[in-house]
Amino acid sequence: MSGMRERGVWVALAATLTIGGLLVYADGGALFGQSSTVSMLQRAAGLGIVAIGQTFAILAGSLDLSVGFVISLTSLIAAETMAGSNGMVAPAILAVLAVSAGIGLVNGLLITKLRINAFIATLGVGLVIKGYLEHGYAGPAGSVPASFQRLGYDRIGPIPMSFLLMVAVAVVSWVVLKRTRFGHHVLAVGGDVDVARLSGVRTDRVLIRTHVICSLCAGIAGLYLASRLGAGAPRVGAEGGYDLESIAAVVLGGTVLAGGRGGVAGTVGGVALLAAIDSVFNQLAIDPFFKQVVRGTVIIAAVAVYALRLRRKEALA
Amino acid sequence: MLLELNGISKSFLGVRVLDGVGLQVRAGEVHAVVGENGAGKSTLMKIASGAHQPDAGMIHLDGDPVSFRDPRQAQAAGIGIIHQEFNLLPERTVAQNVFLGREPTRRGLVDLRAMHERTEELLASVGQEGISPQATAGTLGVARQQVVEIVKALSLDARVLIMDEPTASLADHEVELLYALVRRLQERGIGILYVSHRLKEVFDLSSRITVLKDGKLVTTLDTAATSPEALVRHMVGRELAHYYPPRATATPGPARLALKAAGNRKLHAIDLELRAGEVVGIGGLQGSGRSSLARAIFGVNRFSTGEMFLDGSPLHVRSPRHAVRAGIAYVTEDRKAEGLVLGQSVLDNAMLALRAVTPTVAGRAARAVGIRELLAGVQVHAAGERQEVRFLSGGNQQKVILARWLAMKPRILLFDEPTRGIDVGAKAAIHDLIRRLADDGAAVLMISSELPELIGMSDRIVVLRDGRVAGELPAGPPEESVVGLATGAGS
Repeated sequence: MSGMRERGVWVALAATLTIGGLLVYADGGALFGQSSTVSMLQRAAGLGIVAIGQTFAILAGSLDLSVGFVISLTSLIAAETMAGSNGMVAPAILAVLAVSAGIGLVNGLLITKLRINAFIATLGVGLVIKGYLEHGYAGPAGSVPASFQRLGYDRIGPIPMSFLLMVAVAVVSWVVLKRTRFGHHVLAVGGDVDVARLSGVRTDRVLIRTHVICSLCAGIAGLYLASRLGAGAPRVGAEGGYDLESIAAVVLGGTVLAGGRGGVAGTVGGVALLAAIDSVFNQLAIDPFFKQVVRGTVIIAAVAVYALRLRRKEALA
Repeated sequence: MLLELNGISKSFLGVRVLDGVGLQVRAGEVHAVVGENGAGKSTLMKIASGAHQPDAGMIHLDGDPVSFRDPRQAQAAGIGIIHQEFNLLPERTVAQNVFLGREPTRRGLVDLRAMHERTEELLASVGQEGISPQATAGTLGVARQQVVEIVKALSLDARVLIMDEPTASLADHEVELLYALVRRLQERGIGILYVSHRLKEVFDLSSRITVLKDGKLVTTLDTAATSPEALVRHMVGRELAHYYPPRATATPGPARLALKAAGNRKLHAIDLELRAGEVVGIGGLQGSGRSSLARAIFGVNRFSTGEMFLDGSPLHVRSPRHAVRAGIAYVTEDRKAEGLVLGQSVLDNAMLALRAVTPTVAGRAARAVGIRELLAGVQVHAAGERQEVRFLSGGNQQKVILARWLAMKPRILLFDEPTRGIDVGAKAAIHDLIRRLADDGAAVLMISSELPELIGMSDRIVVLRDGRVAGELPAGPPEESVVGLATGAGS
């Protein structure tokens, strides 16, 4: 069952935290100190929200490469609409959600109605947004009021608000996937789109909705980054590598890239694993290039282990 | 009248597949639809179940005109369909599959308990308490997966159930289970449209038979008033007589392939000889190790114990490539998944094995000529060698695969269900080809779930049970002997 796959990522996370914790301790630091824990969780929050959205798209057999640019765009929409005023926070949030949902809708329509491969459709939409951003913005713009910055900086004990926001998104998503008809249909469409269609599932609609959800999550991440930075940033999404990293987190969590198998719990584990690796390397102050090598190795190793298990299971069946 | 189709026409890309076809289904009736592949049966069923929309014609349900934009609407109206290929999500549970698209909800959330309970009730209503609603569908055997599909249709309160080749993947003893199910459904007053190539089933189950040919209605017959021979005449315009080619007359030559106590995870201590010039049939139930045997010989799942000899010298096959180079050919059970690259042309598919083992471009070009001759020789009917094989009928697809292996001049041919889902005419052609290969000196192993085929074709039959050789029978045994060995009832 998918539970087996999802458990793998938590084992890897525990191993990373234990070994990394010991290495950092030997180095004279503390991986679980207040400040490093907070920064680890904050790092996880932004990527986590995006990756949860990405999980929907991937489970349905699609994927979204535009999320990075959506994040940049929505951070700007948020900061410019707010323009430092408390009264504009709610309208700004609504504007962000509306725009991101609209982008998701476009992605979904391109994929379902024009039958454009998801990779190309979302890359194309992403590039269009990129062009708009590069044309209109040289650097950060707009500003968010102090009240909105609390989303990025407040915390309860060592747990940042943003992390709680991600947990909330994760819990809602988990319930949606496990317990709503839509969730069941997402897994059906990703598992076999013909079976789903012949069973009466409105497959196009399901796929479009997963893209709307995916973009909405990117929009929420954009809001969070705006609150962290205090302004909108035209390159924050692309430079943060949210597109490919969110996909990597989903895959690390045991969701099959072809769709139909996996879930949000694994994705949260995948995000936590990537954040933990980041934290350990930051604490040890190791060359960041080496960090990328380790991340790449971990991703390949994880997928290899999953594939091996699947093969063994099939051999037994 | 429960369901009435009138004057249904449909064209794809300018090719007319259905031309003014009509039929009626009464409540509680099993109405068989027969015809060769390409006759338009599947298209008609897809129209009745909403997957395709007719270009012309009317559908009446209970006398009211209806039109379905998609399968969902047909389902809602009470028309369910069991497809030729299994339509289950292997990763999802039985209950999730049964209620896919119609999950019961409570306060907006899927009511898992109700879903499991209702699936359990439905399974019990067809006498299948043994299947757990929470089992993952992909882990069930083929027959049980089909039960799940039928239960899925029942959960829709289907009043018309379309069964498209429901026994194509079932072993003979599993067909009994299906018969029992069909009769139960009939008692409930469900009208059944039963599409099948297997005439025995058609005569066992149906009360009326509609014959299609080349997209046109030939006739609708009362089953009681006709005979298999007459039906075949309607279908193909020729008699059933030459159905199986004559067996080998010469005594078989030396052993080309020999297995001595060969085994692996699924096979145990198999002793087997395939001699030049003979067709050895492999019988047994689904899961008895028939396909595993062919796959092990071909190096897909290797033997881990025992020995294998090819023309007298020991050979340990490491991979399919190794097997191909050693002169072994394997026509797989699942044509579409393992036999063909569906989106590639007839020629590319036929050249697949040659290309894989011919190192030079010049060598391949030289051999392409031979392939064209072979394609013509096996009489592939295609729009041309550049046509994609997915547009071909099952019989022609199988012929392409045959041409591929003939090009390799194999010493040993392994056929796994060579005529599954293939119409009567093409079936006879493939049987002739198999026999001709043996006559030319190849050793042929043929797995078949269809007893008449197994018995009609084989010079001897080796029956497997639970991964072991249960026994061997000479040419032309009575069906009961095969079934007895396969089930262990005869021992």
